[in-house]
Amino acid sequence: MTLPNLDLPPLLPEIILIGMALLLLVVDMAARFRDARAEGSLMAGLTFASVLIAAGATAAGIGGGDASVAGVVLVDDLSRYLNLVVLLAAGLSVLLAWAYVPQFSRESSSFYALVLLATAGMMFMGKSVELITLFVSLEILSVSLYILTGFNRHQLASAEGALKYFLLGAFSSGFFLYGLALFYVQTGSTQLAEIAAQDSGGVLLLIGLGLLLVGFFFKLAGVPFHMWAPDAYQGAPTPVTGFMSVATKAAAFIALFRVLAAVPGVPVEVWGWAVAIVAVLTMTWGNFAALRQKSLKRMLAYSSIAHAGYMMTGLVAGTDALNAILYYLFAYAFMNIGAFAVAAMLERPTPNAPQDATIDAARGLFDRRPALATAMAIFMLSLTGIPPLVGFFGKLYVFGAAVSAGWAWLAVVGMLNSVVSAYYYLRVVVVMFMAPEDETSYVRSRIPAGAGTAIAVAVTGVLLMGLLATPVFVELGRAVIALR
Amino acid sequence: MTVPLSWYLIFATALFSIGFFGVLARRNAIAVLMGVELMLNAVNVNLVAFWRYLTPTDLSGQIFVVFVFAVAAAEAAVGLALMISIYRTRKSINVDELNELKL
Amino acid sequence: MLSFAWIILVFPALGLLINWIFGKRMGKSYIALVASAAVFASFLTAVGLAAGLAALPADARAVTVPLWSWIHIGDFQVDFALLIDPLSVVMALVVTGVGFIIHWYAATYMLVDDHHRELSLRMYGRFFIYLNFFILMMLTLVLANNYLQLYVGWEGVGVASYLLISFWFYKPSAADAGKKAFIVNRVGDFGMALAIMWLFFLFGKEAGSLAFADIFHAAEGAGAAAAGAMTGITLLLLLAATGKSAQIPLFVWLPDAMEGPTPVSALIHAATMVTAGVYMIARSHPLFEMAPTTMAVVAWIGALTALMAASIAIVQTDLKRILAYSTISQLGYMFLGVGVGAFTAGIFHLMTHAFFKALLFLTAGSVMHAMHGELNIDLMGGLKQKMPKTYWQFLIGAAALAGFPLLAGFWSKDAILYEAFLKSPLLWGVGIFTALLTAFYSFRAVFRAFHGDPRSEHAEHAHEQSPGMTFPLWFLVIGSLFAGLLGLPALFGEHVNVLGNWLAPVFADLEGEVHGSEGLELTLFLVSSGVALLGIFIAYARYIPEWGWAKALQRLFSRLQPVLENKYCVDEIYMAAIVNPLRRLAEGFYQLGDGCIIEGIVNGVGAVTVRAGGYVARMQTGVLGMYALSFFVGVVLVLLWFLLFVT
Repeated sequence: MTLPNLDLPPLLPEIILIGMALLLLVVDMAARFRDARAEGSLMAGLTFASVLIAAGATAAGIGGGDASVAGVVLVDDLSRYLNLVVLLAAGLSVLLAWAYVPQFSRESSSFYALVLLATAGMMFMGKSVELITLFVSLEILSVSLYILTGFNRHQLASAEGALKYFLLGAFSSGFFLYGLALFYVQTGSTQLAEIAAQDSGGVLLLIGLGLLLVGFFFKLAGVPFHMWAPDAYQGAPTPVTGFMSVATKAAAFIALFRVLAAVPGVPVEVWGWAVAIVAVLTMTWGNFAALRQKSLKRMLAYSSIAHAGYMMTGLVAGTDALNAILYYLFAYAFMNIGAFAVAAMLERPTPNAPQDATIDAARGLFDRRPALATAMAIFMLSLTGIPPLVGFFGKLYVFGAAVSAGWAWLAVVGMLNSVVSAYYYLRVVVVMFMAPEDETSYVRSRIPAGAGTAIAVAVTGVLLMGLLATPVFVELGRAVIALR
Repeated sequence: MTVPLSWYLIFATALFSIGFFGVLARRNAIAVLMGVELMLNAVNVNLVAFWRYLTPTDLSGQIFVVFVFAVAAAEAAVGLALMISIYRTRKSINVDELNELKL
Repeated sequence: MLSFAWIILVFPALGLLINWIFGKRMGKSYIALVASAAVFASFLTAVGLAAGLAALPADARAVTVPLWSWIHIGDFQVDFALLIDPLSVVMALVVTGVGFIIHWYAATYMLVDDHHRELSLRMYGRFFIYLNFFILMMLTLVLANNYLQLYVGWEGVGVASYLLISFWFYKPSAADAGKKAFIVNRVGDFGMALAIMWLFFLFGKEAGSLAFADIFHAAEGAGAAAAGAMTGITLLLLLAATGKSAQIPLFVWLPDAMEGPTPVSALIHAATMVTAGVYMIARSHPLFEMAPTTMAVVAWIGALTALMAASIAIVQTDLKRILAYSTISQLGYMFLGVGVGAFTAGIFHLMTHAFFKALLFLTAGSVMHAMHGELNIDLMGGLKQKMPKTYWQFLIGAAALAGFPLLAGFWSKDAILYEAFLKSPLLWGVGIFTALLTAFYSFRAVFRAFHGDPRSEHAEHAHEQSPGMTFPLWFLVIGSLFAGLLGLPALFGEHVNVLGNWLAPVFADLEGEVHGSEGLELTLFLVSSGVALLGIFIAYARYIPEWGWAKALQRLFSRLQPVLENKYCVDEIYMAAIVNPLRRLAEGFYQLGDGCIIEGIVNGVGAVTVRAGGYVARMQTGVLGMYALSFFVGVVLVLLWFLLFVT
């Protein structure tokens, strides 16, 4: 028996991240830190550096052709763009976590190690072309995120969200795994390429696909598999919420693309309708549930569900919508993590942990911190989809893809939903700009440098990607070519 | 007499359903976790049976099972840790009582 | 040659940025200077553009100045580009010209807040930032060369309007008014978005862009085949226009928008933004002409809005609200104009209206300052002696509004009514009756506010405002007096209609225009003059000598008064028919989040399988169990769906 040909350099970014994760744990064991903040800063700095390097390594590889590693992962432009989305989300979240985590934890090293592992898991998931790898990478990211969600052990909400996320996540893993097993039965292979080479579908394959979709819907927080999301998002430390609401979706979308592209003999009408209906349910439920939320974070959690719904509309267009969804994911990374970062600035510190910010905490924010309020307004307007901000183009491209694939009604439902969403996003703007300050308002007296940088980067991203929509979109078109 | 493949499949499906039911019906978080474990193991039975009957020369099925074991173990560890963390504050791991997080 | 056009956008953007970044370190006078200078520079640029355009041969007067490639999907491309043609230049001149004067006026006006306390530097700066932002967005709107960019401007001015209406954010009424304006406008904007998407589906492939010229070309190519779709698209565009321009059914926000500072009412809610709907229809005229049904709807909406709003204005006592309803009514005339195909007349009225309505609002602002915030005309009286300059300014504005012969409003209203008559005498009838009401309510305001004896303490002690506020208004007075000469009717000769000749290339494709005889034109001309004078006379009779017959006339109509005072109860109807059900729907959905639906499903399942009911009921009590159950329902549905396809 010969070892498979391990061609490492294509996986350099992942190796960097995993190596750094291990290094962090070692450093933690070797060094004694007197101060949680000093430890936090060192760990965050190292993590951020590794994320930057990994992103650099990824970006350098764009356009460099496909490389298959051991037949289980495929490094192509699609996966490279996914890497960038995930690393962008991770980078912004690390900046936000920089001063945030030491507020409640002395275990920054494990925090950042887990972030790195989850990131690596997502990156692997997006390039898996083999079922076992897909499952294992999914679990790597899931298990890391379970812990990260419950990382604030002093807060019951955090642990509660984590436990719910975990139990339902494990539950959905069961279905996902069953689906993979059925794929294996029907085709006798775990390689997507070999599965795709089969001519006919068969009953088991269909059921398997159904179960797989369930697993993916769960990760994407699609209704009715979404129940965990508001709780987990609200309970998790805010940087984690921002990170997982964006990066997990990104990885799941790309992996789902690869699976759907490989399923033989299942016409798009079959899975397309399932996706379309879940998309409609998801955006509608998310938007309507968000309308009356009092907690800013929970409102953003529901909004995040709604956005998953918007992105799903692109799925029905198949491969042609890939760059649309990638664009949306980049857009979403900027505006959503930006919004969570501002939300984190409004959290009132308590002895144990920052307290969840209510929307009312933003009352009169414009008077106290005009820049912060303006940034938040930009994020909210962008999430609403008001041109010329990036959120508008994300919707335009995704809905446009759905329309050109013959799913115009889906785009119309999406449009209607964006109108509903305007109500709760703009409520935040109203509160910040119009409402007078009162005892409920709170904003940190000093914005930490890390969070400030994250917000500034996010604003820049939202504005620039909106104005340069065309070049970015064309660039992302490489991903489509990659999968054709 | 050899046991036909369909028996394994029916057995696995039954096991999966029992686990499924456990998740839906039990209120103790540990029992819910056990339900999940049953579901994962049902899939393992499936995988091994498929491997044995369909592709005995290809090891993918077996490898899959090994990975599932490892993953299930990791999940159990994380899950139990979370439960301990909750138990410390609540003195209970009844999932029904965990409803801090809503609107 | 006109490639410098983009700097017209740079000035307000610069003004905005300077005030934003350095505002706190500059004094109020510098803030106002920067903001006004920015708009003035834009105005000069617009003049330059007009001159540059005039130098071109008439049929070449449509120059596209591309800025950058914005959206690129396959063969489809939307550039960020400016369209410089006679129509957009007229709009740009009005926006920047009137805008500049209003900035100038606001520099003094905004020194104090709505309670006559000194306004903080921060709020002062913010006001001018918003104002410059508005100018920027309005210019983006009128100079857009494609529908998407128009939409950007459309939304942008909506945001500016919203921010400025609720500028006195501590007043709940102001915050509510802002919200109302925003929500009502979203309804219209939704129509706009749908219309653009529809155009995109229909012609996107063929036209390769959303640029006006390409779309119109493609639409003409499609011809009768697209007639049905064209009606739908134009109706959606009309919905958008009724939102922005406060027409039936979406006019309800504009009276409330008077909560904003008065310069805002003058600039946004009278002179410029609210006319965007008219501009958009005029800009889209090739589409509207392909949809005769929509054109008729536009005309009738305009006529009825004009009538309805004018009738409400008769009984209002709040000076700014009278002007607000009057604005709605005048916008109705513009709709009537573009609805009967008289696009030039519609734009002409838009322009003259910008002058005299801005003048009226700004003088109302002066009165408001003099009266310490009091706007009730019942509590005024005798202001003529106290504030003579303001009186003359208001009088000239009111006369122009009333259609006093030879003033600006007279010519433009007459142009519209004449063409309406050619289309349908009934429309003309509604219009001319509205003209009577208009003349009455404008002079009712004049007589009640400025004549007679002071009826309150404030009126007793009112005094003229400083030159900073009165001087700029003389420019608007000039406009109100003489702007009408730009659009003299054909009665006076072949080429006297300067504006008509200027706009001719834009509306050149209009063919088959019916021309009436000169005799008819002269007759209608005299009827209009007579009606305006009659309205003014009735107002005089009722309020100055208070003759018995005039009071009797009022009693005759007193039955109508409650309906008018309640503004036909439109707000209440909307509340009951639309807002409340929606709110209930939202609450319903919100409760779904708490498990209502799941409970329902669980109960349904329970009814079928009674024996399992016990377990199911227990499941539902558990929060996590419920989550898992929802999951389970999802799995079942997905699998059922896939199994359907097995067979």
